[in-house]
Amino acid sequence: MRGRWFLMNRKWLATPYAIWALGFIVLPLIMVIYYGVTNGAGEFTCSNVMAITDPIHYKAFGNSVLIALGSTLICLIIAYPLAYILSQSEKRGAGTVIMIFVLPMWINFLLRVLALQMILSNTGILNAILKFFGLPVQRIMYTKGAILIGMVYDYIPFMILPIYNVMSKIDKDVLEAAQDLGATAFTTFKRIIVPLSLPGVLSGIIMVFIPSLSEFVVADILGGSKILLFGNVIEQEFNVLNNWNLGSGLSIVLMIFIFISMAIMNRNEGEEGEAMLW
Amino acid sequence: MVNVKRFAGKIYVGLIAFLLYAPLLILIVCSFNNSKARTVWGGFTFRWYIELFRNQEVLMAVKTSLLLTTSAAMIAMVLGTLACIGMSVMGKRTKMIFQSVTNIPLLNADIVTGIAIMLLCVHFLTLGFGSVLIAHVTLGIPYVILNVMPKLQQVNKSIYEAALDLGASHVYAFIKVVLPEIVPGIISGFFFAFTVSMDDFVITYFTKGAGMNTISTMLYQQLRRGINPEMYALSTLLLLLILLLLGMINHLSASKKSREVDF
Amino acid sequence: MKKKKVLRKKIIILGIVFLVAICVSVGCGSSQNKTTADDHTLVVFNYGDYIDTETIRMFEKETGIQVEYEEYVTPEDMYTKYKSGAIDYDLICTSDYMIEKMIKENEALQIDTSKMEYYDNVGQEYLDFCKAFDPDNSYAIPYFWGTVGILYNEEMVDEEITSWSVLWNEKYKNEIVMENSMRDAFLVPLKWKGYSLNTTDKNQLLEAQKLLMKQKPLVEAYLVDESRDAMIAGDAAMAVVYSGDATVAMEANENLNYVVPEEGSNIWFDCWMIPKSAKHKKEAELFIDYMNREDIAMLNFDYIYYGTPNSEVYKLLDEETKEDESIFPVQEVMDKCEVYQYLGNEIETFYNQMWKELKSY
Repeated sequence: MRGRWFLMNRKWLATPYAIWALGFIVLPLIMVIYYGVTNGAGEFTCSNVMAITDPIHYKAFGNSVLIALGSTLICLIIAYPLAYILSQSEKRGAGTVIMIFVLPMWINFLLRVLALQMILSNTGILNAILKFFGLPVQRIMYTKGAILIGMVYDYIPFMILPIYNVMSKIDKDVLEAAQDLGATAFTTFKRIIVPLSLPGVLSGIIMVFIPSLSEFVVADILGGSKILLFGNVIEQEFNVLNNWNLGSGLSIVLMIFIFISMAIMNRNEGEEGEAMLW
Repeated sequence: MVNVKRFAGKIYVGLIAFLLYAPLLILIVCSFNNSKARTVWGGFTFRWYIELFRNQEVLMAVKTSLLLTTSAAMIAMVLGTLACIGMSVMGKRTKMIFQSVTNIPLLNADIVTGIAIMLLCVHFLTLGFGSVLIAHVTLGIPYVILNVMPKLQQVNKSIYEAALDLGASHVYAFIKVVLPEIVPGIISGFFFAFTVSMDDFVITYFTKGAGMNTISTMLYQQLRRGINPEMYALSTLLLLLILLLLGMINHLSASKKSREVDF
Repeated sequence: MKKKKVLRKKIIILGIVFLVAICVSVGCGSSQNKTTADDHTLVVFNYGDYIDTETIRMFEKETGIQVEYEEYVTPEDMYTKYKSGAIDYDLICTSDYMIEKMIKENEALQIDTSKMEYYDNVGQEYLDFCKAFDPDNSYAIPYFWGTVGILYNEEMVDEEITSWSVLWNEKYKNEIVMENSMRDAFLVPLKWKGYSLNTTDKNQLLEAQKLLMKQKPLVEAYLVDESRDAMIAGDAAMAVVYSGDATVAMEANENLNYVVPEEGSNIWFDCWMIPKSAKHKKEAELFIDYMNREDIAMLNFDYIYYGTPNSEVYKLLDEETKEDESIFPVQEVMDKCEVYQYLGNEIETFYNQMWKELKSY
């Protein structure tokens, strides 16, 4: 009886958070939606959301999706073999090794951009090295390539970690059993490792794709404001062009896109994908 | 054959590690370079560090960042832990609603979260330290919940009930039985919230008030202005700080004997 | 077992340390709030890197007024931030056309110059220039002025640049840096084609936009404050910059040269103005006056290197600086330059749209 009483009461400990979430998660989103579906005079309109059909906006959106896909793909191609090799190495010291690869995650993201800027600019370190060896100077700074490099560099730890986490949990006995049953290394890889690592790959994709999609700082600094991404469009509406309604409308589009793609990916994975995120 | 493969694997791992760290190493090297040019070595110097500590703007930004990050992580830790305890006894549906709301700041694009909180603050509050703090707490709570929740689920209910049967009060039983089990989760949740808040640029950028800069927004301003070796010095110091913090976490989790990497 | 106990102790100690940390930080926070609630503060909004921050410290020390200093990149950024009403700015430094816009929208307060000790330091000829956007000289006090022109690297450009047309020369593909600020970007094709900077003829504006679109493949990047360092480092052959940036860059890299093209350009005035949101008008006026004091104006001139409207400072300069045409252009050049004017809401919206189209092109 006593225990029951306490159980009933413990629920209320979540109240402060409930209020907080209502006030600072739900309410702000309602504000965005309110701004998004009204015009400057406060009248209802769909034009801000429908503005996505304007070539300026859908081109920027397309650019963002392409660059986000590109960076996700490159991250995956680099991270997958890496995670595989790391998971196959001996357990001792594995913690330290994986630490090396996720440590950059904790380093301020602008700092990493700063470091890249130093290397990539026309008179930067990379070109100094190329020049030293008598190779032609490369123009990387202020191109799409620079944006891509910036995003891959920034987000790759978020791909490595989840894939490594699932791969290191694959039971060694299963692999041995497969070998005993006569499977080649390739078959084992294809039939066991790939399917079992899929949840990690999915959460890796989510964790790289979504931040890349809304990125605007990298495009600004490494892209020289020449390539407009969707994040830039939204940022400009809020900070330069003073059209908050349009900015909010476009934010709604971004949000819908993100939640739809999440739903699609999560449906493939069921609930496990969620738990693997962290 | 196996050896060749292993060797190739090692080279690959080494190469990626090199690519990840080379830019940071260059930053560190440049922070000791007595020349503003990036590709000319002008001799070893501590000049930029000295200037850094004389630069009021930088010191203010560091102070604001530390204050902001610590308070945000602390508040997130308390609210998040309480929420977890509360959520653990909720019905399935209420719990699901809670979890989905919690997931919003995690999954949503930073820029939308930032804008949303800015809109709220512009209308009902003002932009300043408070609005950034609110934003950072909001961002941090989900990480605390994600870290504490699994630990809470692992707590053996029978021990708790046994303690009650033996005459312990609820609070006493909670402190003695449940709390020690979830403390590692709380601490790693705290560090998570701390680093997320420290690393955040986008949300701070939209919610900050006049004359206030965190390390991130100051770095952004400097990046847009051009080259300033003081920033390399600051970067080096930040790198050291992070290494120190991670060392601490690792030490804690290593002594906890958990073999998993606890991030 | 024992080890576990030690660990638990450690954790508890760690927890206590954090608790103390939060108490201290909250304490600091609240004490900080107290000082901001104090009436002795001043919220200043200025362009990036546009003051010797030492002068702010000196002002704080001498007057006991605490300055909250905030920066922005382009006038449009400033206006948006101001209009959001989130922050009550007391003093803004911005450019001619934006001041005109704010005066017309009733967003500016008249400045009381009668009590200003150093108001007479401001040269009359500059106040006359300012009448273009502030007819009675009652809203704006000039801070710096300058021109817009082309900064180029003689090692990478083997011809003498006299015209804006060089920015469309295929030879310099990926070597050109343009201004990432709306009006300053459009000024280039408008002036090249001989139109006024303040044209409201949509056909002329569309022609300018078309030219900018044609130029985009040749442009390396659109930058504002970073272009100076990019030019010093030799990252680009030429850049459209403000005169002061040019002077600083030329001092750091002797291969650089600055020219105001013969078709004419923009002469701009950055002025202090007090917006309607000001809660500390008196302090703001004190700050303006302080900025006009010879020694302070001199410090800022040494830091920024734009033309100073302060006649006392001008008198103190050496001949070489006075004759530096990138800082103080000759009359002939100035005659060909125009001051920006506010073009009204409709043209402004039109500009915004064209700018967006250009950026996404």
